[in-house]
Amino acid sequence: MGGGDGSRSVWVAIASTVIFFAVVILAVVNSPGWSSPGGVKEQFFNREIFEESLPKILDGFWLNVRIFLIAEVLVLVLALVLAVMRSLPGPVFAPLRLLAVSYSILFRGVPTILVIFILGFGMPALELQGVPNSDVFWAIIALTLVYSAYVAEVYRAGIESIHPSQTAAARSLGLGRGQAMRYVVLPQAIKRVLPPLLNDFIGLQKDSALVAVLGVTEGLRQAQITQATFFNFTPYVSLALVYVMITIPQVLFVDWLIKRDQRRQQAGGAA
Amino acid sequence: MNTSREQPAIVIEGLTKSFGDLQVLRGVDLEVADHEVICLIGASGSGKSTLLRCVNLIEPIDAGRIVVEGDEITAQGIDVNAIRRRIGIVFQSFNLFPHMSVLRNITLAPTKVVGTSASQAEVEARELLDRFGLADKAEEYPDRLSGGQQQRVAIMRALAMKPDIMLLDEVTSALDPELVAEVLDVIRELAAAGMTMLIATHEMGFARDIATRVCFLDDGVIAEQGPPEQIFEDPQQERTGQFLARIVAAGRM
Repeated sequence: MGGGDGSRSVWVAIASTVIFFAVVILAVVNSPGWSSPGGVKEQFFNREIFEESLPKILDGFWLNVRIFLIAEVLVLVLALVLAVMRSLPGPVFAPLRLLAVSYSILFRGVPTILVIFILGFGMPALELQGVPNSDVFWAIIALTLVYSAYVAEVYRAGIESIHPSQTAAARSLGLGRGQAMRYVVLPQAIKRVLPPLLNDFIGLQKDSALVAVLGVTEGLRQAQITQATFFNFTPYVSLALVYVMITIPQVLFVDWLIKRDQRRQQAGGAA
Repeated sequence: MNTSREQPAIVIEGLTKSFGDLQVLRGVDLEVADHEVICLIGASGSGKSTLLRCVNLIEPIDAGRIVVEGDEITAQGIDVNAIRRRIGIVFQSFNLFPHMSVLRNITLAPTKVVGTSASQAEVEARELLDRFGLADKAEEYPDRLSGGQQQRVAIMRALAMKPDIMLLDEVTSALDPELVAEVLDVIRELAAAGMTMLIATHEMGFARDIATRVCFLDDGVIAEQGPPEQIFEDPQQERTGQFLARIVAAGRM
C-alpha cells in the first residue's frame, strides 16, 4: 500500500462492505428456517404485528424515558457528591471517605434487580407515614442508588486524572479547595470521562426495563403483554429496536461534544 | 499592604523541609526587603523550588518560620488563601487552565477570590494583556499559544491578584531557547516597576543582570549570598566557584 491513493481505498472499502453484507443477508434469508411458516421472519420480524404493537410499546416506553431521565439527573448529582467525598484529604474526613468507599462496594456488588425488589416491593409494604408507596418512585430510587456507585467511580477516575499541578496553580492564586475543585478540576475531569459516563447512562436506560418486575406497565411489560396476545416475538424485537434508536443520537451527541472541545482547545480551526 | 515601611517583605528563619528521608532544606535563613529582586541559583535538587513552594504554602514546612510583611504565615490557623493573595507564584510548567480562555485564566481568581465584578476583572485583564503584548490572544485557549506566550499569561494570571511579592520558579526552564527572551523581558519590566521578587533560575546572565542579590543554594542551605558582581566574579565559597565553573563549562553563561 503506497500513500496517496486515498479514493481507491475508499472504493475498495465500499465494494467489500456491500459484497460482504449482501452475502450475509442472502445466506440468512435463504436459510431453511427463515421464511417457512412459523419461521424466523414470521415470528420475529412480522410487519403487521410490528405496526400493531409499536404504538402500545412506545406508550409504555414513555414511562421508561421518564424513569431514566429523572434517575440520570439524580445520578449525576449523587455520584458527584460521592466522588468528591472520596477525594477529601486529611484524617478528619476519614469517615466520609469510608462511607463513599463502602457505598460503591455495596451498590456495585448487589444485583440491580435485587435492589429493585427490595425497595420496590419492600418500601411500599412498610406503609410508613410520609414514605411514598409508588413503585415507580422506588424504582427510580433503586436505579439511582445503583448507578451512582458506578458513575461515582467514573467521576473519581476523571478527578484523579487531572494533574495535581492544576490544583496547585488554582490554590496558589488563593482559590479555596472547593473552588479549585469546582472551577478547575471538575470541568476538565468531566470532559475527560464523557464517553464512560455515556456508557453508564446507556446501561441505566436499558436497566429501566427491570422495573417491569414490579408489575409497572412500562415498555418491556407492554411488549410482554402484546407478545402474549399474538403468540409472536415481534413486539420484543420492536422494543429492542426502540432501545437501539435512542442510543444512536446519544453516541453521536457525545462524539460531537468531544470533537467540538478539541477544536476549541487545540491548534487548528478558526481563531 | 502593610503600613510600616521598614518591615522586610519576607523573613525566613531556620526553614527545614524533608520529603520522606530526603532533607531538601536544612535551615534556610533569608531576609528580603521591599522591591528587592533575589535570584536563587544552585544545582537541580539544591532546594530552590522547594523554598519557593514553602513561601507560597504549597508545601507545609517541618521547622522554622516564614514571616511575610509582618505576618507569620507558618503559624497555626492562618488563613492560607488570604496569604496567597499577596504572594503570586509562577511555575516552570505554566500550569494554565486548559479548559479556559486566556482571559478567563486571568480573571478567574480576581472574580472568585477577591469578588471583583466580571466586567472590572475583564478590564484589568485586558490592560495586563495589552501591557505585555498579548491583547490579541485574549480569547484563545492556552494549548494554542507558544510556550513563551503561555508563560507570559501565567505571569499575568498571578499579577491579576495584585500581589505584593512574586515567586518565579524556573519560569524559563521549559521553554525553547528562542522563547526565553520574551519571558525574561516581562520579568525585567516587573523588576523595573519595583515588584519584590524571589526568582529561582538557571539563567545566570539574566540573574547577574536583574538581581539586587544572588543567593547560591547548595545542599539545602544558602551557601553564599551577595550582590551579583561578587557572586559571579569573586565568589567567596569554594562550592560557589565550583558550581559556576560547571555552568560556564556547560556554556550557559
